[in-house]
Amino acid sequence: MHELSIAENIVEIIHQHVDEDRLRDVRAVGVKVGTYSGVVADSLEFSYQAITAATPLEQSFLALEQISFVVECEECNQKLINDDGVTQCSSCGSFKTKIISGRELQVKDIELEDVKKELV
Amino acid sequence: MSVLTIERKVLEKNDDVARRNRELFAQHKLFVINLVSSPGSGKTSLLEQTLKHLNGSLRIAVVEGDVQTDFDAQRVAKFNVPVVQIVTNGGCHLEAKLVHDALANFDLKKVDLLVIENVGNLVCPANYDLGEAMKVVVVSTTEGDDKPLKYPGMFHHASVLIVNKIDLVPYVNSNPEVIKQNALRINPALKIFETSCTTTKGIPEWCEWLRSQTKVRDGSK
Repeated sequence: MHELSIAENIVEIIHQHVDEDRLRDVRAVGVKVGTYSGVVADSLEFSYQAITAATPLEQSFLALEQISFVVECEECNQKLINDDGVTQCSSCGSFKTKIISGRELQVKDIELEDVKKELV
Repeated sequence: MSVLTIERKVLEKNDDVARRNRELFAQHKLFVINLVSSPGSGKTSLLEQTLKHLNGSLRIAVVEGDVQTDFDAQRVAKFNVPVVQIVTNGGCHLEAKLVHDALANFDLKKVDLLVIENVGNLVCPANYDLGEAMKVVVVSTTEGDDKPLKYPGMFHHASVLIVNKIDLVPYVNSNPEVIKQNALRINPALKIFETSCTTTKGIPEWCEWLRSQTKVRDGSK
């Protein structure tokens, strides 16, 4: 259960990219979460909501993009989605595979509500 | 709506400190392992046996991570090696910064091998690089032979697997060959040892390997 500290890291990254007076305009925060990033999506969203409540980021939310665990076989060149975490090639049985994706934990982008123009 | 593209690793702050730790270890030609397992697999017992076997021929220092108590540091201190206990107070893993702060307690010039015993947890410590040369994962025969398949993340990140409590095989429903096969399906590059901390079976082989790894990085001492 380390999602709280992960959420704190995300908030810190947002603060580094968004000026303080625009934090209130942050909406969706895109985060890539690999199947084996060690993060439980629900609990990360919950933690994020908990620590941003009553802060300028309270209207923001996480938009999590789940990334499958994919291995590429060096023998038969197939790319396989092995969400069970097995790296052995399920097509030819080879152990000569490399992990292509599924361990990401990355802030992808930050969506900001446009500043409303004052009516003259 | 406007969108800022970021593409930054969430744990980059930890990774930065881990990089600094790694530089420090390289500078002092230190071999560092991060010992991980679920609670009760026998990490501390394995460490005790390792210290018993290697003390005198290698200069070893230990960082102990636990949620609470300094019991493990007390066990390790009996071997007259420098040891620092990190108490995480509920935290489920060690982070690079905690290890970095602990390093201030050692004279790294006088250490060949640093063993970091992580908090017993087969999930969270997988994601936190501490700057170690490799993760060593311990699985005991009492935990169920399917453990590697149930917790693949840790096995992806580990370089060495130790199958511990091998002396209990006649009494528990375990086949070490199945544990090993399951682990290799997750990570075929794993170097594997079988050990018992009660009979000391396999301890010399594990310690010899550890010594050989330490020497490779430390020809000058």
